[in-house]
Amino acid sequence: MTAAAEQLTAPRQAVGGPGPRVARSRYSLARTLRYAALIFFLVVVLVPVYVLLVTSFKGTGDADPSRAWALPQIWTLENWATAWTALSPSIVRTVAVVVPSAVIAAFLGSLNGFVLARWSFRGADIVFTVILFGMFIPYQAVMIPLTQLVLDLGIPTGVPTLILLHVVYGIPITTLIFRNYYATVPHELIEAGRVDGAGMLRTYWSIVLPLSVPSFVVVLIWQFTSAWNDFLFAVFFSSSQNGPVTVALNNLANGALLQNYGVSMAGALFASLPTLIVYIILGKYFVGGLMSGSVKG
Amino acid sequence: MLKKLRRVGPPLLLLAPSLILVGVFVYGLIAANFSTSFTDSHTAAQATRQKPTAFVWFTNYLDLLASEDFQHSLMNLLLYTVVFLVGTMVMGFLWAWMLEKPVKGEGLFRSVYLFPMAVSFVASGVVWRWLLNSNQDEQASGLNRLFQIVGLDVLQNNWWNNITFGIVAIAIPAIWQLSGYVMALFLAGFRGIPDELREAARMDGASEWKLYRHVLFPQLSPVALSALIIIGHMSLKAFDLIMSISKPANYQTKVPAVDMFVFKSSFDYANAAAVGSILLIIVALVIVPYLIRTNREEKR
Amino acid sequence: MRVNRRTTATVATAAVLGLTLAACGGGGTSGDGGGEGGGNEVEVFTWWAAGSEKAGLDALVGVFDEQHPDIEFVNGAVAGGAGSAAKDLLQTRLQAQDPPDTFQAHAGAELQDYIDAAQIEDVSDLYDEFGLADAFPADLVDRLSSEDGAIYSIPSNIHRANVVWANPTVLEENDIDPEAQYEDLDAWIADLEKLDEAGVTPISVGTTWTQVHLLETVLLADLGPEAYSGLWDGSTDWEGAEVTAALEDFETIMGLTNDDRDGLDWPEATQMVIDGSAAFNVMGDWAVAAFEEQDKVLGTDFTAAPVPGTDGTFDFLADSFTLPVGAPNPDGSKAWLETVGSLEGQVAFNKAKGSIPARTDADPAEFSEYQQTAIESFANDTIVSSLAHGAAAPVATLTAISDATSKFTTGAADLAGYQSELAAAAQG
Repeated sequence: MTAAAEQLTAPRQAVGGPGPRVARSRYSLARTLRYAALIFFLVVVLVPVYVLLVTSFKGTGDADPSRAWALPQIWTLENWATAWTALSPSIVRTVAVVVPSAVIAAFLGSLNGFVLARWSFRGADIVFTVILFGMFIPYQAVMIPLTQLVLDLGIPTGVPTLILLHVVYGIPITTLIFRNYYATVPHELIEAGRVDGAGMLRTYWSIVLPLSVPSFVVVLIWQFTSAWNDFLFAVFFSSSQNGPVTVALNNLANGALLQNYGVSMAGALFASLPTLIVYIILGKYFVGGLMSGSVKG
Repeated sequence: MLKKLRRVGPPLLLLAPSLILVGVFVYGLIAANFSTSFTDSHTAAQATRQKPTAFVWFTNYLDLLASEDFQHSLMNLLLYTVVFLVGTMVMGFLWAWMLEKPVKGEGLFRSVYLFPMAVSFVASGVVWRWLLNSNQDEQASGLNRLFQIVGLDVLQNNWWNNITFGIVAIAIPAIWQLSGYVMALFLAGFRGIPDELREAARMDGASEWKLYRHVLFPQLSPVALSALIIIGHMSLKAFDLIMSISKPANYQTKVPAVDMFVFKSSFDYANAAAVGSILLIIVALVIVPYLIRTNREEKR
Repeated sequence: MRVNRRTTATVATAAVLGLTLAACGGGGTSGDGGGEGGGNEVEVFTWWAAGSEKAGLDALVGVFDEQHPDIEFVNGAVAGGAGSAAKDLLQTRLQAQDPPDTFQAHAGAELQDYIDAAQIEDVSDLYDEFGLADAFPADLVDRLSSEDGAIYSIPSNIHRANVVWANPTVLEENDIDPEAQYEDLDAWIADLEKLDEAGVTPISVGTTWTQVHLLETVLLADLGPEAYSGLWDGSTDWEGAEVTAALEDFETIMGLTNDDRDGLDWPEATQMVIDGSAAFNVMGDWAVAAFEEQDKVLGTDFTAAPVPGTDGTFDFLADSFTLPVGAPNPDGSKAWLETVGSLEGQVAFNKAKGSIPARTDADPAEFSEYQQTAIESFANDTIVSSLAHGAAAPVATLTAISDATSKFTTGAADLAGYQSELAAAAQG
């Protein structure tokens, strides 16, 4: 409901109702409750973040589960400095993996989505199902043949392999999102292109692609997030010298018999910062992109 | 003939790169997985062909399904999936519903609710292990301690260490992580509903409840279905989360993905592959009806 | 026209493929030794990625660089956490015939799978070449040898598993003599129960593997070293009454542990003793690092003793390095193994890591107080192999025992069921 609609309806109710005062108080009570609930959930969601944050500023003895809720006895930036040294080189490599893989997967997904939704040919549904099923492959079970395959292809481990894998396993979900989106694009637009005699590709370039911006935002965010947070592929197909941030973080957090919690948590927050920034910048477009129909199953 | 080729050719050409990649990396590997699952390759020596393997077809499957331990894992998976799905859908819907009307600071709420998605469990696992600590009363820490601080002592429990329902506690971090995403989906769904529809209903004097029941919910059901599919497929991959909070050997939190890992790490590749195939079949049972349904709807 | 259009599509497709490939080819530096042999580097795969283990590895690399300046050390360390990523990765790489030049593994039965799978080489001749057979205690060499008499790895360090750590302050507060020498488990359990009545956690334990670790020391205490070793070669009956009695003791002791055990790894369990929230903790001697890191002093702030009933026995485990079949640079591997076995290498590594050298010719004076006592026991005690750390039983057996133990300690199985699951596990 929009603000304008609310203003329109409120007085109308008041006319026949028991009086504006009651209506307004009920209205503001509901509003207060809503804010109270929103803030309550805000706090709930932030509870683990609070623990991460305070622990990241604690010294070795202080960073302990029994003192999880307490503020640091002495605030220290040491953990953040350690995390910065340990993680910053890998952050750059993660960007080198995540950006190209998200862009390529989104582009392939959009091509597929367009063809499957709008250039329907016999068997299109089957092709779609075949692609979509890839989303559900149990990675753990196929790790040995997959390693063999990557080795046979002779692609160097590290960034190149990871890009390839994130593209391949991103295709199903990007195809799903784009196909559902294109299904909502008015027929007339595309039909117009066809009547013009424009080929499929030209229709795609000149008509469909410009319309796809919202879905691109959704897909890019999804791909960015899942590739950024991926650990399984990262640990199998890269090393601490050429791998992304999750591998470096794992080495930092779990490498020693004696875990340094302060450093782990500083590292955890540090590794999440780029994704967070993406959310803040693109968050509005994310919902906007979802809105424009890309979620309609 | 030529005409048909012309019609089918270009689309297939455009799809070709994806189809080739998916064919090799998904179906090639699934085939390899199935073929391993039909053998008796249970030892390291067999895995490297130092000792012969034989085809035993469905023996591994039957043995697994008959074993009490694997049934326990399946039961855990079912419980986990149900709680995870219901939890994210309810929270996501609730948040979207509250944010749907104009709210000051909407951007802040939305960003914070989405934020957990940005944190991988490699990162937040330790915190959740602390929070879900099962000690109570004097020794309590984590959430149990927090409950004491705010005077809700009755809420204390042993979390994931409960032998039957422990797995439900593992769903809490998962709900925390993905509710924001479901919220975004629903929020988009709400905003996608034309204002005229609501106006019309209000003009007809429909109550708020009736408005939701008859106008808004039906409009949101495709969104809900998409969300269910995306969230559902993540529940089958609950592996990272269980590994970072519990441990693979802990009986109370076993699920098939953990069994698969344990089999694999003790060189029992046949059983690991069989568990993988069972997961895949479960997925197929869920996803195929969904696809058929969607196709039928679009044809209409 | 038509043809044109199709050509366009083809070109576009090719372009997409090209884009994918270009993106794949660009960027990253070449891999972690995967595939490319030759070059004079040696990739050493370990799970020593941080802390004192990394310090030990760094010290070892320092010696390696001196002894073999022409070979470049490549660190293949992957931390073990988050699902034992390291072992999972190693196994997959070996299976895919992409081995590192050498990898870390627990010495003993844990290697059996690699041996059966023909993934590691017999290094007996390196023992001769480097003169290791005389440098290591004969007992140890026996334990490292597989059934056919061949040896497949070179140990870098020794740890002791049967150590009980205690907080003397907590004990004194509850009228228990911290100096007490317990004859057997029963005497110890009596004191544990006394602590329990006083409202203290008598003994802390962590997740499944630490419970298996505790189980192993209980079995060792009740059965004695000979019968304990017999569990692994079939000469002791798992279904027998003695094992039942030991399992009953294990059940009693588990009943006296902290409730949140399944969520804790060993440092958190040991921390409970450091903090005084638990009186005892059974853990291997790497735990000494946890005490020392927090400036605790042996004898005053904490005590270390053999687990009651296991005095005179050294429950050993060892890290060791192997020579994988098909290692890209076998000469590099051998050079690394030479450093690992050398006196300088062992001293440098163990001083930093806190374990003790496998060699008998190291000068104890170079080591810390605890290490000196461990060196002495290792030289004089009966040596048995640890179960929980891969020395006594192959991986599959240990996995089955861990699963059974978790089922038992969470209450999903009773003692009789537990015992028969253990018997089945040991049969393989």
